[in-house]
Amino acid sequence: MRAMLKGIAASDGVVCGQAYRLVEPNLNVERRSITNLDSELNRFHQALEAAVSDIETIKTRATKNLGADSAQVFSAHIAMLQDPELIAAVEANIKDKRINAESALADVATGYETTLQGLTDNPYMQERITDLHDVTKRLTGHLLGITLPDLALVDHPVVVVTHDLVPSDTVSVNTKYILGFITDVGGRTSHSSILARNLNLPAVVGTQNATEQIPDGGTVILNGTRGNVIVQPTVDELAAARRDMQERVANQQRLATLRHHETTSKDGVGVMLAANIGTASDLPSVIENGAEAIGLMRTEFLYMDADQLPTEDEQFNVYRQVVQSMAPRPVVIRTLDIGGDKPLPYLKTKHEDNPFMGERAIRQSLAHQDIFRSQLRALLRASAFGHLRIMFPMIATLDEFRQAKAIYDDERSKLTTAQVPMGKVKVGMMVEVPAAAMLADRFAQEVDFMSVGTNDLIGYTMAADRTNQDVAYLYQPYHPAILRLVDRIIHAGHAAGIPVAMCGEMAGDPIAVPLLLGMGLDEFSMSAGAVLKTRELISQLNAHDLQSLVETALNSASTSQEVITMVQAAVPGVLQK
Amino acid sequence: MEKREFHVTAETGIHARPATLLVQAASKFNSEVSLQYQDKSVNLKSIMGVMSLGVGQNAEITITTDGDDEADAMNAVAETLKKEGLSD
Repeated sequence: MRAMLKGIAASDGVVCGQAYRLVEPNLNVERRSITNLDSELNRFHQALEAAVSDIETIKTRATKNLGADSAQVFSAHIAMLQDPELIAAVEANIKDKRINAESALADVATGYETTLQGLTDNPYMQERITDLHDVTKRLTGHLLGITLPDLALVDHPVVVVTHDLVPSDTVSVNTKYILGFITDVGGRTSHSSILARNLNLPAVVGTQNATEQIPDGGTVILNGTRGNVIVQPTVDELAAARRDMQERVANQQRLATLRHHETTSKDGVGVMLAANIGTASDLPSVIENGAEAIGLMRTEFLYMDADQLPTEDEQFNVYRQVVQSMAPRPVVIRTLDIGGDKPLPYLKTKHEDNPFMGERAIRQSLAHQDIFRSQLRALLRASAFGHLRIMFPMIATLDEFRQAKAIYDDERSKLTTAQVPMGKVKVGMMVEVPAAAMLADRFAQEVDFMSVGTNDLIGYTMAADRTNQDVAYLYQPYHPAILRLVDRIIHAGHAAGIPVAMCGEMAGDPIAVPLLLGMGLDEFSMSAGAVLKTRELISQLNAHDLQSLVETALNSASTSQEVITMVQAAVPGVLQK
Repeated sequence: MEKREFHVTAETGIHARPATLLVQAASKFNSEVSLQYQDKSVNLKSIMGVMSLGVGQNAEITITTDGDDEADAMNAVAETLKKEGLSD
């Protein structure tokens, strides 16, 4: 039966294909007594082989996507499946108790779990319980004749249907076969959506019950632009969707030719197009989309995806991987931007009535210097491996910047004394608090670079939370008040001889790009999926001509709509997103 | 039979990554390879065994190898311990 599911448009594009349900199957084990011992042992060994083969495939995919370091965990999983003691214990259980292999395995796994749980003074080992669960589940699946779904095991084109993607799913995505994502939960800024946009794959999130409504292997049309999914579409609908897909492929092929190009306007003004990333796993899409740098690496996921503060070494490894992969291109890493709205479960945070205006980002770092210092040390050590820039978030006053910089200088001189190798590092700030935007000329005297964080700058300037549907209309990137602030920041930077970047969603917005180019913005940083489209747009624009558009927009526009009309008149064919 | 003592210097002890590498190193040899920590001894070819010891920083551990290639096995394990920064 044809059905239409509505969700949130998370990543543009239309695709049709077979559904692949990434849903954990029922792995309940029934305890049975057995008569044929040899056949049971045989079954166990076959399942072991199948599970090892699955994990080898997943490991290969993870190595390709993330590098050998991050794929290491799968070597541990394989070692568990080849563990002579574990195998002997299960075999002995089957023989002694005359029970089926699933139950014998469950008993042995429970025993190990109890031991690991007992290592209360060693949290690293307690975390390995998760690995034990993963391995046991896969092995049990094979004993029950079920292959656990995993994105790495997909070997034909599919639309993935799942409750929600988790960061670890990123390791397995094979863009050759994965056409798009449909999830039950999430919003535009949830992990699944960011992942889909980074991979440039269409996605609809927040459908509530896609995993219940869509059968495995069923045909679906996913419309990531409109935010809906058609299950068992009609012949006409399928034909239309196929035309959309072809158009999209043609578009992508055209854009792909720009991958290794520099970004230059029609009249020869060069700018830098960079990508925003959240984890090292976003790196392949950065390269694939031809970004010239990383303009913003958020470090929150490192802290949020863990059960405890990441150690300096853990952080160093991630930062080094990113800096090294991009070298000699610049990588801007933002220090921890966390607070009451994104609390870390393992840190006791006070309840705040208004977390967006509370102790977050640099305020939190200055109040908890041990965390900040450990992050700065990890960053400084990584600077030896490429071109690193460090950026402080949410700076409101010069005093905050000076304090943060002094702590940076202190850690740097300690590492110098310890003869730790380091590279040259530029230290800059995010301009996202209106007070800092107004005083950008003063800041520009002391910082090495400025990067406009438009998501928060717009939020704080309009005094509106864009995730609140009732006031989301106030999130207006083209509002003349916002444009004046942005223009002011760019001019302040240039007057002081420092570069100005932008790392919010606005930097990849086709209406905003002509204005920003006309204002003289030096670096545009956006989700990787928007890079090539923006490069194409800029190549069609005449930067010098746009200065008069900017002047008119700054001086005579009173509303957002007026600005849109002006841009559309000046640059025919540019549509609002 | 060869026997050697090591002092674990790594901040995180013998966690998953080095444990895997130790097991992979030991598994290349015919000899029996064991790891003693406090009053427990485990097969160094068993990752579950190694992990279940929960060897932390500053632990004193003893490696024993016994078999036709015991000297080579000991060297391989010692080298892995050193390379992974687990011990000096």
